[in-house]
Amino acid sequence: MNKIVETGFLSHAVVKMVIEAPDVATKRKAGQFIVLMTDEKGERIPLTIVDSDSEKGTITIIFQVVGKTTTCLSDMKVGESLYSVLGPLGCPTEIEEFGTTVCVGGGVGIGVVYPITKALKEAGNRVISIIGARTKDILILEDEMKEISDQLLIATDDGSYGFHGFVSDVLQNLIDMGEKIDRVVTIGPVPMMRVVCSLTKQYNIKTIVSLNPIMVDATGMCGACRVSVGGKTKFACVDGPEFDGHEVDFDLLTSRLRMYYVQEKEALENIRCECDE
Amino acid sequence: MSEKKKKKEKIPRQVMPEQEPEIRRHNFDEVPLGYTAEVAMLEAKRCIQCKKPTCMNGCPVDVDIPGFIKLVAEGEFIEAARKIKETNSLPAVCGRVCPQEIQCEETCILGKKGDPVAIGRLERFVADYERKSGQILLPDLPPSTGKRVAVIGSGPAGLTVAGDLIKRGHDVTIFEGLHESGGVLVYGIPEFRLPKMIVAAEVGYLVKLGVKIVTDAVIGRVKTIDDLFEEGFDAVFLGVGAGAPVFMNIPGENLNGIYSANEYLTRSNLMKAYRFPEYDTPVALGKNVGVIGGGNVTMDSARTALRLGADNVYVIYRRTEVEMPARTEEVHHAKEEGVQFKLLTNPVEYIGDENGWVKGARCIRMELGEPDESGRRRPVPIKGSEYVIDVDMVVVAIGTNANPVIPNTTPGLETNKWGYIMADEETGRTSREGVYAGGDIVTGSATVILAAGAGKKAARAIDEYLKSKG
Repeated sequence: MNKIVETGFLSHAVVKMVIEAPDVATKRKAGQFIVLMTDEKGERIPLTIVDSDSEKGTITIIFQVVGKTTTCLSDMKVGESLYSVLGPLGCPTEIEEFGTTVCVGGGVGIGVVYPITKALKEAGNRVISIIGARTKDILILEDEMKEISDQLLIATDDGSYGFHGFVSDVLQNLIDMGEKIDRVVTIGPVPMMRVVCSLTKQYNIKTIVSLNPIMVDATGMCGACRVSVGGKTKFACVDGPEFDGHEVDFDLLTSRLRMYYVQEKEALENIRCECDE
Repeated sequence: MSEKKKKKEKIPRQVMPEQEPEIRRHNFDEVPLGYTAEVAMLEAKRCIQCKKPTCMNGCPVDVDIPGFIKLVAEGEFIEAARKIKETNSLPAVCGRVCPQEIQCEETCILGKKGDPVAIGRLERFVADYERKSGQILLPDLPPSTGKRVAVIGSGPAGLTVAGDLIKRGHDVTIFEGLHESGGVLVYGIPEFRLPKMIVAAEVGYLVKLGVKIVTDAVIGRVKTIDDLFEEGFDAVFLGVGAGAPVFMNIPGENLNGIYSANEYLTRSNLMKAYRFPEYDTPVALGKNVGVIGGGNVTMDSARTALRLGADNVYVIYRRTEVEMPARTEEVHHAKEEGVQFKLLTNPVEYIGDENGWVKGARCIRMELGEPDESGRRRPVPIKGSEYVIDVDMVVVAIGTNANPVIPNTTPGLETNKWGYIMADEETGRTSREGVYAGGDIVTGSATVILAAGAGKKAARAIDEYLKSKG
């Protein structure tokens, strides 16, 4: 079960993996995620479903190698099976014909924004996508995003490719040029989402973010993924993962993401999966 | 005859040895150590084999209590295990976590003048004896009826339904949302109260009987109830538990270091964070821990925190010990291990440090006022009595709510105003034909045995329903 049928690095630290999960592939909608475990002693980590093929019964995930679980996952080979794959979880993205939508993805968040962009395009929206990364070498999914966008704009922090600056600068330019934007979807590192949201708030453009707090069961049972939205506590796993970005308390999100910083470092140092006895 | 009877009464209720508090507060091994065969037989001989056994009135799963105890007294332990399993699929679990003092043992006739027969300890002994002997005999199953039943959730209600229906010849598949079977028995109740190996063995017994288990399947998401009927299931039982944790919604409750009991226990029990870094999932190791609430889950959380190295663990409860819903035995164990009780105390706010980590619980003292709708005296805050308890970790263990995923995705399934599924008390029948429910998702947070009891009634009703469909 849950055999890996394809895996490979998109950039030096970002992996794309295709996994057998027929039921998930049939049911999943844009914006939903899975929880996986690499092995019996592993942690449960949530990852967005980037794409699916219901005929082949597979789903695609994209993840950045940051901690122990993602390191172990990146080491797994085609033909090996994951210990556990649970999904689809979370509420699907609200997909309607909004008009002109701008999809902003940063870093590995481009993988998360991709299925939403695709669904928005299929729903008849005019889609402008803005994707960015620190530098050209780690920019992912450029071709895929181009294919599903009416217009694709690129930014790199170091100017090695596309616009020299942040995705938020590109969005600002669009607004300055008089582009009428009906909705923004922005997914990426928390500081990026925060900046994009504070920008769109000034112009009163509805902006959706997808949040990635720490989760355990991801079915609404534990409350690890508590986020504050509009002053109310929500569970990202069942109430989200997408929320109105103008209402999200990003400080709390940042702080809660650091809860296990020390243990995460310890786990990474004690890595188990490398010793292939 | 009268002499013999007199002799029987002289045997005192046999004590079950336990790990010493000072030792056990540092390990996750089971606290009680169980009876030996000799002690079990001695205890079983105390049973006077009433003609009309009142103990059975107190058993939600109809165990033939005098029947199995007689077999224990005769040293027929394997036979005794089979006798219990005629009606109870989970004896090793029930022998450990049932509140016998308010069920079978409360109604035991010996309890009127002295101590009741230790029915729970005997059940536990018999189940453990059978498991250790390896002589687990499978009952003869009736021919297949060809009817298929989907059981949602593998907690005590679901396991009971599955066990009862497979024994009636139906084809049973359990769908479990987590990666391991057992529900609250594996994620909620700690190892030191219910070793996971025992849950695995009881689940394994059902699998041997032919029950199929699909893990990693959140019904409502990956498949709806209607999908299951379309796939050819003839009936569905919902035993999904009261999954959603309740918080108090007071300032600071989302600070780091503040857990729901569900999260804290799931990390420790299911994910085995107490064995980090051998297992990957971490859990905060508080030195001064506040656990809010007064139920069994509060005690489980407090005792877990001690075992994870806390110096001080405070149970913070707004009423007094008399009103605590926790079992007396659990409170007693917690106290023995050094858990401190801050009664008539309620948190009003949490204070964080510069890193967003909890460092204090501002609490208010309470006094008991007039009785409320639960019949217990309502706790009333004493104005101006706030003070701060220094804590670096908090577990909120004040109960759970219904998880809305299944009601939201099942048209025609009625719920009450709290979101619990409406089901007939005697049959578990819901507003949807062929859909039955039982356990915490119907009653709200209760006990393992009440869930098993509800499962038992529902299994009977499902069996009748399937037969009526021909």
